[in-house]
Amino acid sequence: MRYIPHTEDDVRQMLEVVGAPNTDALFDPIPLALRLDRPLDLPPALSEQELVRELSGLAAKNAHAESHDWFLGAGTYAHFIPSAIDALASRGEFLTAYTPYQPELSQGTLQAIFEWQTMMSSLAGVEVANASMYDGASASAEAVLMAMRVTRRQRVVIAPGLHPNTRAVVETIVSGLQPELVFLEEADSIEAAIDDTTACVLMQRPDFFGRVGDLRVAAEAAHAHGALLVSVVAEALSLGLLASPGSEGADIVCGEAQSFGVPMGLGGPHLGFLAARQKFVRQMPGRLVGETVDQRGLRGFVLTLSTREQHIRRERATSNICTNQGLCLLRATIYLSLLGRVGLRQLAERNLAKAEYAKTRVRATAGLELADDAPTFNEFAVRVPDSAAAALGRALEAGCVGGLDLGTLVPERADQVLVCTTEVVSREAIDRLVAALAGAEA
Amino acid sequence: MSERQGNQGGRPVGAPNVARGFSYDEPLIFEHSRPGRVGFSLADCDVPEVDPAEVLGAAAVREDALTLPEVSEVEVMRHFTRLSTWNAAVDFGLYPLGSCTMKYNPRVNERVAALPGFAQAHPLQPPALSQGFLELAWRLERGLAEVSGMDAVSLQPAAGAQGELVGMMMIRAYFADRGEVRTKVLVPDSAHGTNPASAALNAYEVVTVLTGDDGLLHPDEVEKAMAPDVAGLMLTNPNTLGLFETRIAEIADVVHRQGGLIYGDGANLNAILGVARPGDLGIDVMHFNLHKTFSTPHGGGGPGAGPVGVKALLEPYLPRPVITRKGDDAGADADAIGADAIFGLDFERPKSIGRVHGNFGNVGMFVRAWAYLRALGPEGLRRCAEMAVLNANYLLARLGDTFFVPYPGRVMHECILSDRHLADTGVTTLDVAKRLIDHGYHPPTIYFPLVVEGAIMIEPTESEPKEGLDRFIEALLAIEREAHADPETVKTAPHTTRHNRLDETRAARKPVLRWEPPEGE
Repeated sequence: MRYIPHTEDDVRQMLEVVGAPNTDALFDPIPLALRLDRPLDLPPALSEQELVRELSGLAAKNAHAESHDWFLGAGTYAHFIPSAIDALASRGEFLTAYTPYQPELSQGTLQAIFEWQTMMSSLAGVEVANASMYDGASASAEAVLMAMRVTRRQRVVIAPGLHPNTRAVVETIVSGLQPELVFLEEADSIEAAIDDTTACVLMQRPDFFGRVGDLRVAAEAAHAHGALLVSVVAEALSLGLLASPGSEGADIVCGEAQSFGVPMGLGGPHLGFLAARQKFVRQMPGRLVGETVDQRGLRGFVLTLSTREQHIRRERATSNICTNQGLCLLRATIYLSLLGRVGLRQLAERNLAKAEYAKTRVRATAGLELADDAPTFNEFAVRVPDSAAAALGRALEAGCVGGLDLGTLVPERADQVLVCTTEVVSREAIDRLVAALAGAEA
Repeated sequence: MSERQGNQGGRPVGAPNVARGFSYDEPLIFEHSRPGRVGFSLADCDVPEVDPAEVLGAAAVREDALTLPEVSEVEVMRHFTRLSTWNAAVDFGLYPLGSCTMKYNPRVNERVAALPGFAQAHPLQPPALSQGFLELAWRLERGLAEVSGMDAVSLQPAAGAQGELVGMMMIRAYFADRGEVRTKVLVPDSAHGTNPASAALNAYEVVTVLTGDDGLLHPDEVEKAMAPDVAGLMLTNPNTLGLFETRIAEIADVVHRQGGLIYGDGANLNAILGVARPGDLGIDVMHFNLHKTFSTPHGGGGPGAGPVGVKALLEPYLPRPVITRKGDDAGADADAIGADAIFGLDFERPKSIGRVHGNFGNVGMFVRAWAYLRALGPEGLRRCAEMAVLNANYLLARLGDTFFVPYPGRVMHECILSDRHLADTGVTTLDVAKRLIDHGYHPPTIYFPLVVEGAIMIEPTESEPKEGLDRFIEALLAIEREAHADPETVKTAPHTTRHNRLDETRAARKPVLRWEPPEGE
């Protein structure tokens, strides 16, 4: 076996030292009746060459962003990934290291996390960002739990437009602590929904339908009742262009940063993030890296405030979370370094321009209309002449994965397609998609 | 010291000190920033440019300058390459972190996970366009079920701790469904910290069960704690002392007799691959750590993956959606997934606990884990367990005469030593761990499990050859001798790293959690 170095001679010598006649005897503590008396029923081992062929065959059965023009977003975004990211993130020193519990041997990982925390807190517009969460959905759930701890309240108001899958995850993860979850409809007033027992208001921007709402109204209403505003971000690139959630009054900012150099990867691993105002730092979940010095006074970094965490506090921890998304965070830190403050803004503006062009085409095409009036960033809902499924079938024939059939997640929008235009789609592909959605010849 | 080496720890003199040999001083990426540099390129715009303020409203557009650096691709490559050299990693050598199973991470796994059909596919594309992924996930679920002796598997949890949370949620849903009120969960004192934390998130009261003098859980201790209001017991087998819970069958019986369920923490599954299966030991629900047992990389602390396996009685409560195959599952109908499609998704799971991940879980880890299962096959998996257990027992046999061994006897995948015999030297477990760094080893897990004072928890895994273990043993024995002869050197270790011991108290007292631009920028 190519991953196991032991020769038969090694095994013989080692068994002698151990005092076991054979390898079976190593398992003497396991009662015979409890042992498996047959080989595992699994397919036989493959050589590396066979393995690559088999897995390539499976991969080839999936559509992907190189096989089609890609307009499907809805929380997972097709952005171009610079080559430097794969080159750096595949280095064994990052890839095969563990959690930086031994700081003298983990300064590379620790400094990269500190850089991430700096970048993410700036993007979020609040003072502290943690070392990442599993994904945007679970980060949102953790933000709700955090707001409940901070306010010692049990009522959570959720503004319309939260990604349905995020909603589902929040409902599941917080269910054990039984908060009252109030889901608002489009027509409901946020101000009226908040009362003095409300822990927080959760609001996604841009929302699931791509609409860029105003956080300030919700923030003021929340703060007037001693509640927190939790801002959820599903398309992190929007932070490069939109006023920061913190500047609009958000107390906790959380969401998904997959857009920053992490592949779509069928939905994971992605990069959840959570950031908050300094005064709430001791109620934050997840790992934090802090600056310090060594005994010679040299600047260095360590995991800090770990008395919040499960390995110290056990059942009284702020969260049960033990890992972060280290490698995804590294990718995002490299991505944001490459783009820089100028590049990130340019890229965000490019996404906006593509969407505005596509919307112009939709408005000009018979049979199609925009489903919402609100301004959008790089994603918007289009009402099609028949069903979303039929329109997307036409798009597929035209070489496009044309967006999300909204009816699959939001039944009342079954005649709508959620179209996303990032920098990877060309004007020509947009024209082709719009024609296909409308059912007309391009 | 020769004249040429100067007086700064061997650094050359006469020029700014940026490096010691090829160990570089590397500032923060922000400190490299120069206005006008950029590390990325954008194609010419093929659509009309727009004014964001006009489209979105001026108030909606960001005005503050982001704290992002301005650097070229060259600086970025050098910066992160230099940072990487400050990390220890499995690729350098033995990384004997107990309970973490730091085995070799095969590179073919990375290669197949990066195939565009996996890396550049989307979670919400219709199942008809994801047949390769669904087939892989479906097969991995069944492979994990076979390895563990469970009846069904969900791959959705993003990490082991989330798997625990999901497992405890399913237990909660099961009792709610039966109309039973059970408010407590038993957790041994040797358990991972995530166990009680996951139970607490389910609003369970945690009742600690004491480990016996032999390091094992005893049926009578469980019996004493077991009651009609106890939902079950969370246990790890082999346990965190590296010992197989020999009386697991009786313990399971005690819990089951009173209607409780057993949660199995799969962190230590590597020790028993192909030898014994949690499902045959009476465990009702468990999680797998794909990043431990199934070789997906730890990545500096994630991403991991923590699939859950259940016995049939808990299957209705699995997270949704569930992957189905046409022909053998009720949920997969041709209309829903297209005529040619075989694999589909079943969302109609009324008893499901719901979703815990925004998508399917950490799919990239599923691809790697499946590649690992396919590379090893049934014999290879069993060989992993055999060699991992052989390595741990070999270490114990050669170190046990010198270091204090709190629980002598046959261990499974890891062994526990302690610093007790060093008490008269003033050298502690922490010092031994830090001194190992000077010998080129990442320290073992220390001060865990909590039931052993000054624990040194060593898990060599099957990846280490005999001569590698011999060198590690010699290093530990040398440190032990040094502790008696020259304790100060051990207590001030490490001496060879770029940083010596870092001031963690200072970091926590006045936390500095981000870089601030200098005044005036």
